[in-house]
Amino acid sequence: MTKSNNPVNENKEALAAGIAGLIFGIGLVVAGMTQPHKVIGFLDLFGSWDPTLMFVMGGALGLHLVTYRLVRKRNTPLLSPQWHVPTKTEITKPLIIGSFLFGVGWGIAGFCPGPAVVSLASLEGKVIAFVIAMFLGQWLFKVVDAKVKFNR
Amino acid sequence: MQDEWLMGLIGGIIIGLSVTIMLLFNGRVTGIAGIIYGLFKPSPGDFIWRIYFLVGLVLGGLVMTAFKEDAFLNKIDLSWAQSIGAGLLVGFGTVLGSGCTSGHGVCGLSRLSPRSLVATLVFMASGIMTVYILRKIGVLP
Repeated sequence: MTKSNNPVNENKEALAAGIAGLIFGIGLVVAGMTQPHKVIGFLDLFGSWDPTLMFVMGGALGLHLVTYRLVRKRNTPLLSPQWHVPTKTEITKPLIIGSFLFGVGWGIAGFCPGPAVVSLASLEGKVIAFVIAMFLGQWLFKVVDAKVKFNR
Repeated sequence: MQDEWLMGLIGGIIIGLSVTIMLLFNGRVTGIAGIIYGLFKPSPGDFIWRIYFLVGLVLGGLVMTAFKEDAFLNKIDLSWAQSIGAGLLVGFGTVLGSGCTSGHGVCGLSRLSPRSLVATLVFMASGIMTVYILRKIGVLP
């Protein structure tokens, strides 16, 4: 991956990312996804199922299925000299095992990474503990990966 | 109930807008797990934007507390061990699996990526299985 060494663009990219983050956070709260019981309600397929998350995915996908194609008609993004979109297509064991483990944690707490970070705004001790553990889990991956070299 | 579905749809569209801004301006995928993991292997020009994004996320939450009383209502009574265990699984799993609900479920599916389709089906299935088991053994009421 080549990097943009232009500090002006780096600042602009940071600002764009900050605005995207702000909007993303607002969207998650509006959608009710910062209420873990609603997420667990969605996963509770054999209990009292709450379909809200399906509508959230539907809204996000419905828009981005279109905008992705429109945006990718450009040669480059507005601020970066190239695209940074993943191109890998191979289905690997780490992809499946990792997604499985993620789903287990998601089902236990009702938090995936986005809503967990947004919920730091609540200053709840257990949310902070979840986020710290999530960072630790990623760091742990880095340590293990340095030895095992996963083909993700 | 229908109101909540409608708010879900509106929130989803707002998320789609955010993801579009990130792609249009920075040419990047808005996968929260990946944005965080990038902090662990910083390279020149590929660090500050991640901090800005994450700070933006928290600010979004703060802003919404002024408009939505139950923004962070949580009816799930988690123990500390569950919070930490789940956090570790989500952290490790999302990097090993190259993405989370946003990276695979929104961005990847929008690209029609086969990897993201498989990942999304797997984490949905294991999430459903986990909630089913937690109900069976009485951890969830």
